[in-house]
Amino acid sequence: MRTLLLKSLFAAPVTIERPSPDQAALEEVGRALEQRARRLFGRSITIREVDAGSCNGCELEIHALNNAVYDVERFGIKFAASPRHADVLLVTGPVTKNMKIALERTYAAAPDPKWVVAVGDCAAGCGVFEGSYAVVGAVENVVPVDLHIRGCPPKPIDLLRGLIALMEKAVGRQGFP
Amino acid sequence: MALLPHIASGTPVAHHAPWPRFIVSEAAWNAVGLALGRGEGDLLSLWAENDAVHMAVRGLGETPAVASLPVVADAFPSIGRRHAPAIRLERAACDLFGLSASYAPDTRRWLDHDQWGVRAPLGRGTPAPLGDPVDYEFRTVTGDGLHQIPVGPVHAGIIEPGHFRFTANGETVARLEARLGYVHKGIDRLAGESDIATAARIVARASGDSTVAASFAFARAVEAALGVEVPIRARVLRGVMAELERIANHFGDIGAICNDAAFTLLHAYCGILRERVLAACDHAFGHRLMMDCVVPGGVARDIDSDGANAIVRMLDEVAPQFDEIVRYYDDTPSLLERTRTTGFVSLELVRRFAAGGHVGRASGRNFDTRRDLAYPPYEGIAFEVPSLEAGDVDARVWVRIHEVRASIKLLRAWLAALPEGPIAAAVLPRAELREGVAMVEAFRGDFLVWLRVAGERIERCHVRDASWFQWPLLEAAIEGNIVADFPLCNKSFNCSYSGHDI
Repeated sequence: MRTLLLKSLFAAPVTIERPSPDQAALEEVGRALEQRARRLFGRSITIREVDAGSCNGCELEIHALNNAVYDVERFGIKFAASPRHADVLLVTGPVTKNMKIALERTYAAAPDPKWVVAVGDCAAGCGVFEGSYAVVGAVENVVPVDLHIRGCPPKPIDLLRGLIALMEKAVGRQGFP
Repeated sequence: MALLPHIASGTPVAHHAPWPRFIVSEAAWNAVGLALGRGEGDLLSLWAENDAVHMAVRGLGETPAVASLPVVADAFPSIGRRHAPAIRLERAACDLFGLSASYAPDTRRWLDHDQWGVRAPLGRGTPAPLGDPVDYEFRTVTGDGLHQIPVGPVHAGIIEPGHFRFTANGETVARLEARLGYVHKGIDRLAGESDIATAARIVARASGDSTVAASFAFARAVEAALGVEVPIRARVLRGVMAELERIANHFGDIGAICNDAAFTLLHAYCGILRERVLAACDHAFGHRLMMDCVVPGGVARDIDSDGANAIVRMLDEVAPQFDEIVRYYDDTPSLLERTRTTGFVSLELVRRFAAGGHVGRASGRNFDTRRDLAYPPYEGIAFEVPSLEAGDVDARVWVRIHEVRASIKLLRAWLAALPEGPIAAAVLPRAELREGVAMVEAFRGDFLVWLRVAGERIERCHVRDASWFQWPLLEAAIEGNIVADFPLCNKSFNCSYSGHDI
């Protein structure tokens, strides 16, 4: 165990450089900010992830944000277990009808001001499950959405660039770390 | 002591491949159910159509076969009353088609949570009022000092939704009952009204972590139905993708299991290994999870020598690091104290449920689709299929460890000598109705696809993830354990919600 710890201490970090914020995401967050002025306070954001019907592909890549390579916490972004602690809901899936009420209740449980990020093509309403008897579809059909990060699934780097854009615009925190 | 004679007493159905399908009498259907209940074979799946119910079975030492029973007055005799693994599949089939399983031990709705606005969406599709999703009768548990802990559908982690109802006595779980179906997306229906290419994309998203396996199974079912011969290079590339998917998931799960025992260091290291695999997949195949890369007829993406080298370099890098991680896992008594004897599942149960993957193999059910119902590129090659007896979380970790090593060997052998040639064969429509079935080994166990092709369209499609036969065993695994060990047990299974809810 000690050798492993020592090795980690002297090894070069595996973490990637901070990517630039996604331009389209900056604009979308800017528009959301104009429509519903509710800047987030503080220097960090706490995210509650809600799988509202995804195939779990998006979850795998959201998970990757927490690994040592993307290390999202260095940007002041962390995941919480409860919507009560969340500034941001990260919602995936075509919202299934069986998850609609759970999503609405999770949204209601998050304190204002809150932001909603729809992750993945299905959450944006352009996935393969559109038109099924069992899905409501896009997240914005159920709760208001401030930012879309598309992809099937979006790569962690795309998620990171979108979240950094949200951080810069909505928290007003730039040039970090 | 066999299933096949009962089934073969029926009328054979033409153009069903590769396993035979027979339309059987009610007596034969019941006889198969009784034989399954006596442990004379495995239930591979059970599904319905408007006018028939089907079950795929494999008798001990027999080749698999499909038995079909015409539905009379919207009802069929329950198999679940003889053989418990059929219960949830029957409940799902009844929800989707508006059928009833006669004498079924459990008639509660399973996938239908009263939220679709329609009953029997694949059957008559009659409008239905929306209900309260909480309106579900869990099994009652009685006794002194019991209390209930409801969890979900929205869980604490970055994880799929499902509801777990724990009944505990102090810290000890007396009973767990899961309620699933929250992420039901109607895949059987969507795929069953699409052209082949669209249906392939839908089935590929049955469960994102098994996308290669799902595409693989779907492609093989289409190829079996239409008699398509896949080129040799495509066969091997499919194997490459399937094994990459397996090791990526095992890395993630081994790390996550350690994390759930509060040993975050190994989680961090495993996270890096997983990332390296996905980056190599992205480099070689243009998609980190290799979604839509396996298609009917072959593969959609070829790899060049650069891509193959990237994978080999990645294996060179991660293999020794993984060995080191395994050493630390095995050398940390505080971690082993959590994983050993925790979440025990008996051989009797995994046999009865024909539980595939690490869940079955950690409890002594030595079955692997790649070896036992071999398909290209696994035919005629030797590879290790680990099988342990302990049946606990630790055994499920070790099965994965051995599987990672076996997969790395397979990958090295294939990539050292990739056959040349085309990567896809034409998938030509046939004049008559064709049916195909295929089962492949996903990282969590056997994944089955059955379908009927009409010209260029899929007319009916049934997808069965390994989780169907593993979720019920999780309820057995946690019994008598403490509530705090549930995440550990759950992660060691890592059943799919989406793949199950379909």
